Amino acid sequence: MVSTATDWLTRLPAPAGALEPIQRRGREALAQLGLPTRRQEDWRLTDLTRLQGLLTLPLAALDPASAEAASAQNVPGPPENGWRVVLDGHSDPLAGVTLPEGVSELSGSELEQALGHTLARCGSAHHWPVEFNHSLASQVLALRIRGSVPPLEVLVGAAEASLSPTRILLVVEEKAELEILEVFLADSGAAHSHLLEMHLGQEARVRHGVVAQGSGDSGLMAHLAVEQEPRSSYELITVSRGWALGRLEPQIVQVDGQASTVLKGLVLTADEQQFATHTTMRFEGEEGELDQLQKAVAAGRSHSIFNGAVNVPRAAQRTNAAQLSRNLLLSDRARIDTKPELEIVADDVRCAHGATVTQLQEEEMFYLRSRGISSARAAALLLRGYCQEVVDALPPLAQRWPVIDHLLEGLEQ
Amino acid sequence: MIRPDAELLLDINDLHASVEAQPILNGVNLQVRAGEIHAVMGRNGSGKSTLSKVLAGHPAYRVTGGSVRYRGSDLLELEPEERSRLGVFLGFQYPVEIPGVSNLEFLRVSSNARRQQQGLEELDTFDFDDHVRERLSVVQMDPAFLERSVNEGFSGGEKKRNEILQMALLNPVVSILDETDSGLDIDALRIVAGGVNQLATPENATLLITHYQRLLDEITPDYVHVMAAGRILRTGGRELALELEKTGYDWVDEEVASTGQGVA
Ligand SMILES: Nc1ncnc2c1ncn2[C@@H]1O[C@H](COP(=O)(O)OP(=O)(O)OP(=O)(O)O)[C@@H](O)[C@H]1O
Ligand SMILES: [Mg+2]
Repeated sequence: MVSTATDWLTRLPAPAGALEPIQRRGREALAQLGLPTRRQEDWRLTDLTRLQGLLTLPLAALDPASAEAASAQNVPGPPENGWRVVLDGHSDPLAGVTLPEGVSELSGSELEQALGHTLARCGSAHHWPVEFNHSLASQVLALRIRGSVPPLEVLVGAAEASLSPTRILLVVEEKAELEILEVFLADSGAAHSHLLEMHLGQEARVRHGVVAQGSGDSGLMAHLAVEQEPRSSYELITVSRGWALGRLEPQIVQVDGQASTVLKGLVLTADEQQFATHTTMRFEGEEGELDQLQKAVAAGRSHSIFNGAVNVPRAAQRTNAAQLSRNLLLSDRARIDTKPELEIVADDVRCAHGATVTQLQEEEMFYLRSRGISSARAAALLLRGYCQEVVDALPPLAQRWPVIDHLLEGLEQ
Repeated sequence: MIRPDAELLLDINDLHASVEAQPILNGVNLQVRAGEIHAVMGRNGSGKSTLSKVLAGHPAYRVTGGSVRYRGSDLLELEPEERSRLGVFLGFQYPVEIPGVSNLEFLRVSSNARRQQQGLEELDTFDFDDHVRERLSVVQMDPAFLERSVNEGFSGGEKKRNEILQMALLNPVVSILDETDSGLDIDALRIVAGGVNQLATPENATLLITHYQRLLDEITPDYVHVMAAGRILRTGGRELALELEKTGYDWVDEEVASTGQGVA
């Protein structure tokens, strides 16, 4: 068991590779931060023993058993109308990939300038999961997007009993359009540390889907920092299930207002799983828009956590934000904690928020049963209907994945 | 059509039921034979919907006395889904909206559950599509409603048509239609009533819960029952409905008061 950060840091291989300076700084930061404790508001509900468990995992080995191999039977072929990149934390993600027109790799000096910029803008620096990734990641998939490009699928796999650190930087230029689907797969006992930075130039449009499918003892720690220039539009749809310990942190900032953000999240937990979603939406200019829906389904003895921060400082007049958290408890022993954190200083704003925790509705169940549908099947239909709302919002690339069937596996009798 | 020798489909004897310890049904007696159409009328709150839900097996209602036999066996010990599969159909007064569940899928799963019970082959999505499109004509429903979520955003009248479409698909033995006429415009009422008439055979029976003679002009009942305070207070032929139209329910109140069966 790793009980202190220093303990863990001393076991890491020496910093190396393109991100060596960042690794070094990340490790220094972690040495200072230590491990998260329950006294920190952000980690109050986290099962820290499991977090320490992640730290005992070896780093993804330098063996070519790639992500695709890890869960090969469940992986559809690359998209016909798009392109795929595979991230596993060690092999070169662009080896053998022909970049489509409009996509280029960020070069040395460009990269140096851009990397970390959005993180700083989003206030993500010194965030534990961010420094954790910094201290581990040895490479970054860094792309610049111009114009309208074919949909991109990023497959992030983690092989059994290892920790794979992955990092992405996307610079989406003015007026560019991108559809991106990140698919996380993990064998039992595997874990991801993932860090994504995305910059949307003025009038850029991005549809971003995340499908995170864990299994058994797997862990996920993902931080998504997104920076939006005016008149850009960003849509993030996340669907997660099957993580023994999961933490997803989308942090979005509209740097000068007048942008539109849509966040839709669905988290399913079962057994003893714990999953936390911490979203932060910050408006730094006028007339920004947010439409947020967070849904959770908790079964067994699982625990689902949602923290939704919305910051509207004085400069963000005429912001229009709506946040809704809807939760479904499938068992008496499951637990759901949901907390909106609205910090509104500007006076001329519209901010709506609401949260509900319910069980399957008796009238809906009876209606289905009165049509000859068994209660197990009726519950499954209702559950599917509940999830469909978010799953249907995923970018079209996701249609190649049996998302909803995988989601409900084991929950439907 | 009254045939004294027809099969006794539903035999309700001294049925008592409560919701949350509050008695609502206070001794309902009713016999329904194959081929018959019964109308059940009565003031708001007299227990008509409660009777229909108890017959369909709603878990919120507790039967506290009496019996219900369906084709000779105990109906009350069956789960709601078993009752449906055996041919008991409830057309809801307030059909439930189920977001995210496609109407077509719902209708298919439901029909197949009944078909399986009847020893018929289950229909796959393809065959079912043809089947349901053919049944749509019974209520002249637009196929676009199949693609939507179950009842979600349907108008009041559209929901009622969807109920009768389900009846047409499930081919029930006893149909209890709870205020299927309310919310329907004049044309829709005629269409829906025509559908119900079309589905009525000498082998099945229909219980129409309604407030209005209008429906009974379209569907001729063999019996009319008046419910009050959780019991059937009077039974007559179709002329009883016409009489009610004229007199209203004041006489019911008097009768209830004089028999000492006050509204709980
Ligand atoms: N689930 C319930 N909880 C509490 N009271 C109930 C419930 N269901 C029925 N009741 C009460 O039982 C009585 C009978 O209701 P019911 O719905 O059966 O009347 P109804 O005859 O169908 O009336 P309407 O003509 O208005 O539809 C009413 O007083 C009603 O408030
Ligand atoms: Mg009623």
